[in-house]
Order: sequence, then structure tokens, then C-alpha cells
Amino acid sequence: MTDQTAYNFAYLDEQTKRMIRRAILKGVAIPGYQVPFASREMPMPYGWGTGGVQVTSACLVPEDRLKVIDQGADDTTNAVSIRRFFQRTAGIEVTEATADATVIQTRHRIPETPLTEGQILVYQVPIPEPLRFLEPRETETRKMHELEDYGLMHVKLYEDISRHGQIATAYDYPVKVEGRYVMDPSPIPKFDNPKLGGNAAIQLFGAGREQRIYALPPYTQAISLDFDDYPFTASKADHACDLCGAPDSYLDEVITDDQGSRMFVCSDTDFCGSRRAAGHIGPMGTPSAGG
Amino acid sequence: MTPDALLGGFTDAPRQSARAFRAALEAMARPGTLWPIEGAAPPAPLSVAAGVLILTLCDGTTPLYLGASCDQPVVRDWVTFHTGAPLVAVHEAQFALGTWADLMPVDRFAIGLPDYPDRAATLIVEMPALANQGPRLTGPGIATVAHLSLPETAAFCANRALFPQGFDTYLTCGGQVAGLPRSTIVEAV
Ligand SMILES: [Zn+2]
Repeated sequence: MTDQTAYNFAYLDEQTKRMIRRAILKGVAIPGYQVPFASREMPMPYGWGTGGVQVTSACLVPEDRLKVIDQGADDTTNAVSIRRFFQRTAGIEVTEATADATVIQTRHRIPETPLTEGQILVYQVPIPEPLRFLEPRETETRKMHELEDYGLMHVKLYEDISRHGQIATAYDYPVKVEGRYVMDPSPIPKFDNPKLGGNAAIQLFGAGREQRIYALPPYTQAISLDFDDYPFTASKADHACDLCGAPDSYLDEVITDDQGSRMFVCSDTDFCGSRRAAGHIGPMGTPSAGG
Repeated sequence: MTPDALLGGFTDAPRQSARAFRAALEAMARPGTLWPIEGAAPPAPLSVAAGVLILTLCDGTTPLYLGASCDQPVVRDWVTFHTGAPLVAVHEAQFALGTWADLMPVDRFAIGLPDYPDRAATLIVEMPALANQGPRLTGPGIATVAHLSLPETAAFCANRALFPQGFDTYLTCGGQVAGLPRSTIVEAV
């Protein structure tokens, strides 16, 4: 080996990467199924997406351009730390532009800009088991997946409807993959669910603490669970972005002063900044990406 | 130990295996597409692609079955020296390497368990040629339809009928690899 650095390329040792790579390939071969893997300690706390970091480490090549987002933003502490971690350990280039990235690690969002073939989207997953809140025992949830016993999940969603008049689940909204496995898409807003299915990119999901990897190959069917009389809707705030004017992006509500004034802004900072740079200005926006 | 067994491994394993894995990932994620894969020089009769896949995915924890045409001292020594993979019989294999004739009948290989379908074998099938023609492929990873010069269709149809259990397959020829996961629907044309 020619590596003279204290750590291996992309941090993890080769044996660990091989183990993770084999798990990723089985995940790809069985879309939506959670493959167990032996998660390693990473030099960051679990809440920081160690599952995603391990998947990214196993996938990176020296030629990659990595983008890391946290709730849509490239500049949070979490996103910056992970980006720096791979700059140092893998020597890869980084970018904030979705279209320029070859690998994107994400927490809680799918970028607004459609992904393309050749890109990999890696999700940080806290709780990979969509049935966990219904059934705490792993042996039982595994049996339920084996038997396609998803009745309880439908009952839970229908209870939402009787209680709230609609399905109240706004994040972590479960999908059925290729008519077989029910899968947890990680805590993305349900607004993002339609982008899970039929996506041109490879989508990989890593849960570090729970030691699971799962995947959606490109162009895989992923249908949000719903009912004939209560169809799934990908809701968002009924507003346009105050900075870039986008009518169709997922928005965060931001308090702007001590008087409680509010504005709605794109959660995807690259998308919003690119629109403003291209001359799309919302009511409170300026042409500079700084907003 | 045959002298050639020491040669032909990765010279920069972390980077070469990373690039090789990306080819293997794209191949398995997009059934029917052909990917260049390189970085090692395995002894004959192994193709570069098959040798690189073995180096990238196999180690002391992955029992490997060598089909008759590959089960030669130089291949056994090369695999053992570079990966440490235990060489085993068909039923114990996590990976299997050989020509289609070597590996037939393929319903001998592990298909995983109903609750752990991931515990299934991966076949690496050495092909005389590899092209985007022949049986019609549809399913996850394929936007509309793909074609791949599979050695046959019946075995892959039978394997698909086991989903989510089933084995997964790489097809190798020279420096190229294609993937055929158990999820792919294969039809004769
Ligand atoms: Zn905006």
C-alpha cells in the first residue's frame, strides 16, 4: 500500500469498507430491505450521521465531488464537519452545487434540483425500521417484513385520519418499495417523498447506531402509503420563497426579528442561491446569495 | 505456493478497490449496463474483471467456491494469498466464481433466508462475450428496458420467482462487468 497517511483513504480500513460494500450491494439487490452490518465507531457522535458517513466512506473514489447537506443547508456545523472530514481523509473535492456533486450525503432533505445518473445520494438515518414505533422487538418487525404483514402500519395511518381528519405524519412518511418492503425514508418531509421513486440516482441509506443499510436503485418504485379515500399529498407551506420567489420548493419558516416577523425561505440553500443568482428575486430577497 | 500467486494484486488497494467498488455498485444498481473495472492482473484463466471483483469484495470472512475451470493451483494460491477467502463447496459459498457451465445447476447456491434474504450467494460468471443484446431485462435500476447477453434465461426467471430471496450475479468478460440482481425480471426475446 502506498498510503503514508495515519488513516486509510476515506478513513475506514479496507476490511471494514469491504464489509460495508457487500452490505450495500445486497441492499441494492433487495430494494427497501434493511441489511444488517457491523457499524464502526466513527470520530463523531451518533447523532451526526455515522451510518451515512460509513456508507459515504465505502463509496467514495478519489475523483468524487462531495456535497453534504443538513436540512437542506450546506453551511450547518454538521454538514461542514462531515465535508471537512472527507476532504482531509479522502482528499476529494467538495461542492455546494447539487448538479456538480457526484456523491451527496444528506440529513432530512432531498435536493430540489433533480438528481441524475452517476450521482449517489446517501441518507443519514436515525431509525431505519418503519415498524419500530408499532413494535419494539426486532424479531417481531423482521417477521412482519418477511410475511409482508403491514396491516398495523395502515391502521396507524388510518387512526391519524380519524383523529386529525388527515394523515398527520409529516416526516418519516413510509413508502412501499416495488410492492414488497415498507421502508422508512429517514426524517425527510413528506414533500420529498415523490422524489424517492423513479429517481435517476442511486439512493443509499445508512443507520449507524441501528446498524442497518438499505437502498433504492435508480428508477425504483417507491409509493407513499395511503388510502383510496385519503390519497397521499406532498404538502408544503402554502407560500412562495420570500428570497427567490420559488413557488414549488420546500420552505422553512424563519423568525427575522424580536417582534416575531416571519419569512418563508427555501430549505435547500443551493437551490435558493442559484435561483437568486439567475435573477429570480422574491419579495424580501436580494440578488446576492447571502439573502 | 505458485510464484505467480504473489503477483497481480492491487498496488494501491484503498483507491483501486474504491474505483472497482463503484463500478460494481453501478453495475448491480443498473442491470444490463456494462462497466470497465480494472486494477489487478489475475492469473489465467481469470478475467481482469473477475479478479478485481474478488479482490474488492472477498476476504477471510467470505467463503468462495471456485468452479472447475478456475479450480487450479495458481488460482487457488492467488485468491488465498491476496484475499484469504476460504475455498469451500457450493452450499457454503458466499461468492462463487466460474463459467456458467461450471456453476450449473445454479439452484444449488444460497438464496438467503425468508427473514434474512441478504444471506445469499453472489455468482461471478465468466463470459466469452458480454453485450447489450439478448434477453430483455426490466425492474429496479432500469428506466424502461435493457438487454444483456445472459448465458440463459430459465435459471434467472426461476431465481426471480424466489424474490426477495435469490442469488445475485455479476457477469465478467475481459475488463468489463455487468450486474444482474435477483430483482431483475428476465424474459427471452
Ligand atoms: Zn428560495
